[in-house]
Amino acid sequence: MSIPFFVISALTVAGGLAAMTLKNTVHCALALSVAFAGIALLFLSLDAQFAGFAQILIYIGAVAILVVFAILLTRGSETPTDGVHSGTWLVGLAIAAAVFAVLGWAVLASAPGLHDEAAAPVVTVRDIGNALMGRYVLPLEIVALLLTAATIGAVIVAMHEKARTK
Amino acid sequence: MTPLAGYLLVAALLFAIGLGGALIRRNAILVLIGIELMLNAANLNLIAFWRYGPHPEALTGMMFAIFSIAVAAAEAAVGLGLIISIYRHAQTTDLDRINRMKG
Repeated sequence: MSIPFFVISALTVAGGLAAMTLKNTVHCALALSVAFAGIALLFLSLDAQFAGFAQILIYIGAVAILVVFAILLTRGSETPTDGVHSGTWLVGLAIAAAVFAVLGWAVLASAPGLHDEAAAPVVTVRDIGNALMGRYVLPLEIVALLLTAATIGAVIVAMHEKARTK
Repeated sequence: MTPLAGYLLVAALLFAIGLGGALIRRNAILVLIGIELMLNAANLNLIAFWRYGPHPEALTGMMFAIFSIAVAAAEAAVGLGLIISIYRHAQTTDLDRINRMKG
């Protein structure tokens, strides 16, 4: 437990809280990219360089931009006049607090039994590439298929009705 | 408190924030953002267990996280496509007002 860990986690949690509580939807998307960057920094502090940079590329580079595009395409940037919370917000808040209480209790109760290997693992991108092309080649192919299907499906779903009937 | 417990607590807090946002907000895009936060918290758990687990050289947790990131990207693309399609149909992304399943 070091000072950088506390700073990064505070940044991440603040970004996540802002993304879920701000009124303006565009501000929420910007706060979301702060939270994603914080998670990428946490990955880097866990010696997972590849996952950290993949997180920056995919989440900040692609998902956050996609969210901003969707917000602008749906006029979601206008703050609704009758509040941004649903009618059952109290129930949702209670469920989220209960889930956090259970998870936190489970973590703290099992903390003495958790492994804490001190030595940092030495994993190069070459090792990850070898693993992806060797032991994990079937999941890699399935993910490739899934991404292709998802891209085509997203385009077809979002296509204009008139363009589809042409 | 051990470092692993610290990372797990941060992940649990992020998960709870994402869940609360997904349950509370009315804008469909913000519900999707909450789901993305929950997926990221799960990835943080996977990477933390990989780093502090007994066999990090086996790369299992890292591979889980990488595949999970890829699946989450596909999910975001399809979800946002669906939201744009619903918006075109109902002229709103307010989930309290999208309450019909029939055209």
